Amino acid sequence: MMSGGVDSSVAAALLRDQGHEVVGVTLKLWGGESDSGCCSVSDVDDARRVADALGLVHHVFNFGDAFTEHVVAPYAADHGAGRTPNPCIECNRHIKFAAVDERARALGFDAVATGHHARIAVRPDGTRRIARGADAAKDQSYVLHMLDQEQLARTLLPLGGMQKDDVRALAAELGLRTAGKPDSQDVCFITKATGRGSFLDRRIPLTPGRVVDGDGREVGSVSAVELVTVGQRKGLGLAGGGAPRYAVDVDIPSATVTVGSKRDLLVAEQPVTGLRWSTGPVDGRLLVQVSAHGTPAPARLVDAGDGHATVVWAEPQRRVAAGQSVVAYQGDEVVAGATAT
Amino acid sequence: MRPEALAALVEVLEHAPGNPSGQHRWAREARRRLDDARDGIAGLLGVEPGGIVFTSGGTEADNLAIRGVLGASGGAALCSAIEHHAVLDVVHASGGGTVAVDSAGRLDLDHLADELAADPRISLVSVLLANNEIGTIQDLDAVADVLDRARPTHPDGLLLHTDAVAAAAWVDVAALAERADLITISGHKVGGPKGIGVLAVRDGVELAPLLLGGGQERERRSGTPDVGGAVALGAALAVTARDRITVVQRVEEQAERLVAGLTAAVDHVRPTVPARSAPGVANIVHLSCREVDSEPLLFLLDEAGVAASAGSSCASGALEPSHVVDALGVAPDWAPGALRLSLGWCTTDDEIDHALAVIPAAIAQLRPTAEPAA
Repeated sequence: MMSGGVDSSVAAALLRDQGHEVVGVTLKLWGGESDSGCCSVSDVDDARRVADALGLVHHVFNFGDAFTEHVVAPYAADHGAGRTPNPCIECNRHIKFAAVDERARALGFDAVATGHHARIAVRPDGTRRIARGADAAKDQSYVLHMLDQEQLARTLLPLGGMQKDDVRALAAELGLRTAGKPDSQDVCFITKATGRGSFLDRRIPLTPGRVVDGDGREVGSVSAVELVTVGQRKGLGLAGGGAPRYAVDVDIPSATVTVGSKRDLLVAEQPVTGLRWSTGPVDGRLLVQVSAHGTPAPARLVDAGDGHATVVWAEPQRRVAAGQSVVAYQGDEVVAGATAT
Repeated sequence: MRPEALAALVEVLEHAPGNPSGQHRWAREARRRLDDARDGIAGLLGVEPGGIVFTSGGTEADNLAIRGVLGASGGAALCSAIEHHAVLDVVHASGGGTVAVDSAGRLDLDHLADELAADPRISLVSVLLANNEIGTIQDLDAVADVLDRARPTHPDGLLLHTDAVAAAAWVDVAALAERADLITISGHKVGGPKGIGVLAVRDGVELAPLLLGGGQERERRSGTPDVGGAVALGAALAVTARDRITVVQRVEEQAERLVAGLTAAVDHVRPTVPARSAPGVANIVHLSCREVDSEPLLFLLDEAGVAASAGSSCASGALEPSHVVDALGVAPDWAPGALRLSLGWCTTDDEIDHALAVIPAAIAQLRPTAEPAA
C-alpha cells in the first residue's frame, strides 16, 4: 500500500529490489475534505509518481464505503457514547489488513506490504508476533497490535529494521519525490482548518455540559461533553490559578465532566474488553502501552474470559480513556491487545 | 487514431504552421486548411459552416452550449439523468434538474413534458444522442416534438442541445440530430486527436462566449485555433462517415459475439440493457455481473491485457459508482459488477477471442468458490 508518504515509497523500493513482483496500491478512503494522510489527490499523485520512478504498476482502490462504515461512522458513534476511539487502528483492523488483504488474495497476491515502522517476529514454534520497529521514536507496533496469525503470515513490513533517517536518506538516494515529505500526524479525514468539533457536530448531537469537582460543585462548563477526553486539562472552562485540574470522568447521559487533581486520575487497575492474545496467554510482568507513542508501564494482565480482562499496574497509572487501545508487550513483542472500558 | 487523421495533423504541423488569423501567406495556408475542415465537418453534421465552433474538446463544447445559451438568453437548463458529467455538472451548477430514463436508458418523455410545464424558465434541454456508458440512442425527434409543444409557454425560448460525442462515429448525426439546435462532438471519439472538439450551432442561436479575447470563431470562442487538431478531426470524421456502414456491421458482429460468448461462458452475467430493448451504438458492450466488484475485475483484466472500464474515475483515479447505472435502476446485487467493453474501428477478431478467454477466468477467480445454484 502506497500512501504517498516517504515510508511506503521506500518500502516499495526495498521490496522491488528484493525481487518481489510489486504492484503499488493507493487507497481512496475518504471523499470529503482532507489535509493529508490517506485520502488526498496530491498524495495519490505522489504515490503514482513514486511508482512510476520505481517502474511499478500503480492502482487506486476505492474503499470509501467500507471506510465510512467501519472507521468514520464508529468514530462519530464512539464520541457520542463518551469513548475516545483511535480511527487509525480501526482502519488497520477493518480496511488495510482486512478488506484490502482480502482483495489482494482474490487478485492472486501472496502478501500485503506497508511502510509501518514495526517488525514481525517469528517465534521458534512458527507463530508470529508484531514487534517494535528499530526506530523507537517512530515505532508503530501499537497500531498494528490486532493482526492475527493469518494476517501476520501475509504481511510484509520492510521498514521494521530501519531508522527513519535512513529511510529518508534512501528515498533521497533513489531520487523519490517524497524524500522530504513531512510525516502525516492527524486523523486523515479531519482537516486542521475545521477540526474535530465541527466534524462531529455534523454527525452527532453535541451536548453542552457542566464541569464539577470531586464534591459535585460546578466549577466550569464545556460546549460539548462528547469532545472531552479523560485526562484532558485544557478547554474545560476552569478559572485560572491553583493546582492543575484534569477531566477524570466524563458522563454523557448527565452531561457532566468531573475534574480532579493529577492524583485523582491515577488508578491501580484498568478494565479492558476485546482482549486478544497474540500467541496465547502470557503470565507475569508485561509492559503495557495505552497510546500510540506513550511510555509503557509494568503491569500484569488478568484474563477474566470472554475478552474481559484487567490490567493490574505495578504502580498506579493514569486512567485510560474508554475506547483507547491497550497493548501489552513482552520485551519488544506484542503479546496482547484490548480496548479500555 | 485513424491514419488519415494522423497524416492530416502532421501535414498541418509541417506545412501550415501559421496563425490563421494573420494577414500573410502563412496565415492563409493555415486559414484555408481550417476552413476546409470547417466545411467538411459542417456537411457531415448537417449545419452551416459558420455554425462550427472549434473548442478544446467535448467538455468545453458542452459547457459552451449550456452556459452560452443561458448567458445569451437567460433561463434555466434541463438534461437527462444519464448525461456525461460535462453536461450534468454544468446543468446542476446552473440550478437545473434532470429528467428520468427507463431501464433501457430511454428518456421519459412524459417526465420531460411535466418538467417543462412546471418551469417556464427552462430555455435549454440537453439530451445526449448516445450514452457513453451503455450506448443507448435517444429519439431526438420525439424529444424535439415535446419541446415544440412546450415552446409557447417558454418566454426565453426553448433550445435542444445534444452531446453526440459517443454517437458520432457510429450513427448519421446529421439525420438523427436534425432537430437539435446545438451538437457537441469530440476528436478522439471519432478517431481524431484529443484536445479538439466541435460545437455545431444552428443559424440564429445566440451564444455568450466562455472565453473572451481575440474574438475567433465568430466571437464565440477566443484563442488561436488548433488548426492541426481541427483538420485531423475533419479527416477522422470524413473517413468514419465513409466507412461507417461496413465498420458498424463488423463491430456489431464482434459485439454480439462478445456478449453471446460471455453470457454463455459465465453464470450471472447479462447485458445491462437487454439486446433490442432500445437502439444503441454498435461499439459499446455494457454488462452487469453478480458476485463480482468492478474494481478488482478491471485490475485482473488490465493484467491480462484487456482495457475495460466501469463507472467514471474521480480526480484521484479511483473508480466511482456510475450515475448512469444508478439512473437505470439496476438491481443492487448486479450494479457493483458493471463492466464496459468498448470496441472500435480497429478492433480485431483476435482481440475478441482474447477477451472471451480472459474475462470468464477473471470473473471466476474473483467469485466465491462455492457457486450458488443458478
